[in-house]
Amino acid sequence: MSTVASTIAPDLSGRRAPALGGFNFTALKLEVRRLTRNRRTIIISIVLPVVFFLLFGLNKAYASQTAGPGAHGNWSAFVMISLALYGGVLATTFGGAMVSIERAQGWSRQLRLTPLSPVAYIIIKIMAALVLGACSVAAVYITGVVTHKPSMSVGLWIGTGFSVWIGSLLFAAFGLFLGYLLPAENVMQLLGLILALLSFAGGLFIPVSQYAHTVQEIAKWTPLYGLNQLVHTPLLGNGVDWTWVVNVVAWLILFAGGAVWRMRKDTARV
Amino acid sequence: MTVTNSDPRAWSASGSPLAVQLTGVSKNFGHVRAVNNVSLQIASGEIVAILGPNGAGKTSTIDIILGLSEPSSGQVSVLGMHPRKAISRGLISAVMQTGGLLKDLTVRETVEYMGSLFARSQPVNEVLSGAGITEIADRRVGKCSGGEQQRLRFALALLSDPELLILDEPTTGMDVEGRRNFWATIRKDAEQGRTVLFATHYLEEADAYADRIVLLRHGSVVADGTAAEIKAMAAGRTVRATLPGASEAMLMTIPGADSGEVRGETVLVHSNDSDAVARYLLTQTAAKDLEITARGIEDAFLALTGDDTSASTGAI
Repeated sequence: MSTVASTIAPDLSGRRAPALGGFNFTALKLEVRRLTRNRRTIIISIVLPVVFFLLFGLNKAYASQTAGPGAHGNWSAFVMISLALYGGVLATTFGGAMVSIERAQGWSRQLRLTPLSPVAYIIIKIMAALVLGACSVAAVYITGVVTHKPSMSVGLWIGTGFSVWIGSLLFAAFGLFLGYLLPAENVMQLLGLILALLSFAGGLFIPVSQYAHTVQEIAKWTPLYGLNQLVHTPLLGNGVDWTWVVNVVAWLILFAGGAVWRMRKDTARV
Repeated sequence: MTVTNSDPRAWSASGSPLAVQLTGVSKNFGHVRAVNNVSLQIASGEIVAILGPNGAGKTSTIDIILGLSEPSSGQVSVLGMHPRKAISRGLISAVMQTGGLLKDLTVRETVEYMGSLFARSQPVNEVLSGAGITEIADRRVGKCSGGEQQRLRFALALLSDPELLILDEPTTGMDVEGRRNFWATIRKDAEQGRTVLFATHYLEEADAYADRIVLLRHGSVVADGTAAEIKAMAAGRTVRATLPGASEAMLMTIPGADSGEVRGETVLVHSNDSDAVARYLLTQTAAKDLEITARGIEDAFLALTGDDTSASTGAI
């Protein structure tokens, strides 16, 4: 039936798989560009935390009082760290949750027809989320520098900023998990709402110690609580409580495990 | 003509790997058997149409060849290797009918992104001009028309210079001109050795553009041959007559009869030699009210893929 065709032997000798499962910086650059192209994402994760900081972090009392007995800086610095964490987790959550849109548009299926491995894909998504997270944290910290109100040592500026940024990684896993779990149309709005609630519960807007006893007990189990406590520790100089670490590790296992579970289900038949 | 498989190593007689080899492949979804014991061998450079109505198992079969799903039983290999391995080397690509594009990237960015994932890919500008989308390179994909998006999908599929190109209902939504241009490009590609496998439910498209047609029905291959062979199968006529007391076994004894069926007092005999059948019925039996009708290729398609159990089945 195809005597002509079968005489053409394909030359497969030069064909190989890409290194690193297809991970590359062109794809990463384009993923970051996509994130920054979404106006709503930028406003919510970068502009909003800065506005909150300008409104709530700069009053005279905050700038003149230390953030507690033994603290190495003022309340203004305390609020700045909180709001940088808020922006950071919004950015990384949104970055992770982009998979929801990609699944809905059939892009995930298209990627399955390329050499890109699921692991390399997830690493690209997480790195893109972290780039946006770094922008959020930097925006709040630069506002702090410009306004001269937050006061702490240079080492603490760098140390807390870096801790907030690395800590926001937990929420890249959260975003991935929910991105795989929820339908695309309303996932971003829903996540904004969930994160606002978690931020209140975690003490990012109001210290948890101000809540009623029962609320405090519940708040200690929520995913932003441990992280929020940990990133403030260098400033407050109060030592690390092991329950905060347990909180962060437990939620990380839950989010990352959930993301892997949903991703496996998703790639079984895209 | 139906390919029986005797070579599990997936190498053709000439020593080069077959583009596609399916051996007794079945796929179950719960209690539904979407693909039923399909064996198929496609040599390099062939243009093959998988033809069948919706639900015949076309997409499930293609998903298995693409490595998007694993068969429940049986073996699949593409160019002598597992489909996922062939994918990772850029040897297979596919053009899907809808979706698969990100609306917030521009056309050029989409090509750049996809190209970055392969070990080796064609230069972006060449791909854009080859697909005739240079003018819209900086436009967001979400703002492109359906036809422009389809051209982009096609450009993406050629990025890695694949050996096997799979097209799922490729020309849906294209006008006549677009369809003709599309197939002219595909033909040119195949002449250079690219294997093309396309799914369609348009008989005429399979007829016009495929070297070979694989007919699927309820997940099984019911016919596999060149377009000419399928046509020859359809070239027969149907002789219809009133003949009380006839049985199908009796009809099959008529010289030249390919198949027969009895509907009450009416008998239908399908044959490539309708004259002989008519002569026999009128001279040797009590048949009357005799009619002879031509069977078109559409009828053959329906007969092979439809649910009518009296239809002739099997290989050609």
